[in-house]
Amino acid sequence: MRQISYADAGMEALIEEMGRDATTFHLSTDAPPPLVERFGESRVRGTPIAEGALTGMAIGAAGSGFRPIIDWRMVTFSFVAMDQVVNQASKIHYMFGGQARFPILYRCTVGGGVRMAAQHSQSPYSMFMNLAGLKMILPSTPRDTKGLLKSAIRDDNPVISFESTRLLTLVGEVPEEEYTIPLGVAEVKREGSDVTIIALAWLVHEALAAAEILEAEGISAEVIDPRTLVPMDTDTLRASVRKTGRLIIADEAGPTCSAAAEISALVTEDPATFRALRASVRRVCALQVPIPYSPTLEDHVFPDRNKIAAAAREVMAES
Amino acid sequence: MDISPERQREMLRLMQTIRRFEERASADYVAGDIYGTVHCYIGEEAVAVGVCSALEQEDQIISTHRGHGHCIAKGADIDRMMAELYGRETGYCKGKGGSMHIADFSIGMLGANGIVAGGISIITGAGLAAQLEGKGRVAVSFFGDGASGAGPFHESLNIAAAWKLPMIYVCENNLWAVNTPASSSLSVPDVATRAAGYGIPGMVVDGNDIFAVHQATREAAARARAGEGPSLIECKTYRYRRHTERPTQVDIRPAEEIDAWLQKDPIERLVRHLKGQQGQLTDEEWERMDREILERVSLAVDYARASAFPDPARATDDVFAA
Ligand SMILES: Cc1ncc(C[n+]2csc(CCOP(=O)(O)OP(=O)(O)O)c2C)c(N)n1
Repeated sequence: MRQISYADAGMEALIEEMGRDATTFHLSTDAPPPLVERFGESRVRGTPIAEGALTGMAIGAAGSGFRPIIDWRMVTFSFVAMDQVVNQASKIHYMFGGQARFPILYRCTVGGGVRMAAQHSQSPYSMFMNLAGLKMILPSTPRDTKGLLKSAIRDDNPVISFESTRLLTLVGEVPEEEYTIPLGVAEVKREGSDVTIIALAWLVHEALAAAEILEAEGISAEVIDPRTLVPMDTDTLRASVRKTGRLIIADEAGPTCSAAAEISALVTEDPATFRALRASVRRVCALQVPIPYSPTLEDHVFPDRNKIAAAAREVMAES
Repeated sequence: MDISPERQREMLRLMQTIRRFEERASADYVAGDIYGTVHCYIGEEAVAVGVCSALEQEDQIISTHRGHGHCIAKGADIDRMMAELYGRETGYCKGKGGSMHIADFSIGMLGANGIVAGGISIITGAGLAAQLEGKGRVAVSFFGDGASGAGPFHESLNIAAAWKLPMIYVCENNLWAVNTPASSSLSVPDVATRAAGYGIPGMVVDGNDIFAVHQATREAAARARAGEGPSLIECKTYRYRRHTERPTQVDIRPAEEIDAWLQKDPIERLVRHLKGQQGQLTDEEWERMDREILERVSLAVDYARASAFPDPARATDDVFAA
């Protein structure tokens, strides 16, 4: 199969969906040349630096029959648009009794590891998960990026796509023929019997590497990528933990009120899954600090394959 | 203008220090010794130095993502700046900030900022503090043409004008925001026009003419200190380099436009002025000054390189004040 990058896969999804649906349009500071070339400056607009207005304008255009795509670029810049996200986009369908649909895609990059310091290294998806009314994807491969983005554009709700900065240049297999990946379906990336590692985005790759390390030590790890944060494929996650009896959740965000915390609760509050647990649940997350610039500090703050493997050894030692 | 020849030479030295510091920072970034990203101010030096030379020591400024020039112009120590870029524990932010986040509160430099327009309301709060304190301090916001379309610019100008805060808003209009031309983002040709909407003076100055920038700032500062409120100064200038020093950074600006601005270089202009009209600078003196600056920058690099990387355990320090 042909191989393309995570970033190019995302662009392909936009090109295909914008070609398919004339009600889509794209707004971002600096318009992406591949989209401008194909769809022109009317549908693909470079905008002033005014993310709050863009985020709100998407809501108005969506409620008026369009399917806006807003690229915030970094999640960092979504924060100047938080009123429009929190008070408006997440609530408008519900608050007005479902009168109109608001199909919007908000895209942004998340994560650290590129020495960009606190403001430009953030993984705040749980802040958005805390709101009712927004769907969220977090792809870990080029194939998933394209398939999930296509579903996100076709969805009739506001969807936020969190795309990992560390994975933008990752190259992987992407089918040439048309496909989509439905929202809310996790993927078992590797089967195993001793411990379940639920990992997000870049950490999926670290978890797979950890599973290799563990295999050499006789520990069989199952690695699962939820791929969608809202809705969460709770059934797949629970089924795995019922099989292995041990759970580690790995994410680049800090642990407090995180997606990892939510996954831990969703999995363990199910009585049958809880009874199957043979060890405590571990979150392997970033330290709860703003992300520092210097390499010695940043590398210390983030989780990686070694920290995942260490956590797996610990839970194996528990029972 | 009543700026002594010594002061003028000092202004030149600061401008050239900014340029040489950034040339070195860029080279060391490309070589892999400096991480993340570096935004250069080269070409815009007359704005930072013109403004800061018209301020008092206790006056405060806030910067942008393109912050090295503002730091140096306000009197920051280039050893600690370079150490911060190198990610060392002796850096201004102990290696936590890097190029985009240098601050020195002791000299009234309230920080570079990664959020476009993010500093404008913060420095307006420093202006409020100055008004409450009543000691005649002024506060200066540096920001780009791109930032002038963002909410904090408009909200802050309105409040500052309504409350007559001792503020100077300095728009560095370098004609581009990354690869978006200001002409496509601005509803009016000049950012300064917007001052009228807030009932405050708005001036357009040649941002490559350090004396024009200095003079406009003096007048705005006098007005602010007299309790007459804020001013907006728009400095028309140009960045010589791409948006960032990242090798993959795309630059779509027309070559003719770049060339035309290179002809209006603010440093050469001041050198010409000092050499010609006043005979205050000889070729040898200028060469010596430049050599001294290069040596000084090289010492800053030595200092950075000799400093240790922070101990990983320091990552959890400073989340809260002790
Ligand atoms: C709120 C926000 N949106 C987007 C960005 C990304 N960004 C960084 S610099 C920049 C352009 C800023 O242009 P301008 O204010 O004119 O300053 P200049 O870079 O020209 O000095 C953009 C869009 C950001 N840092 N903050």
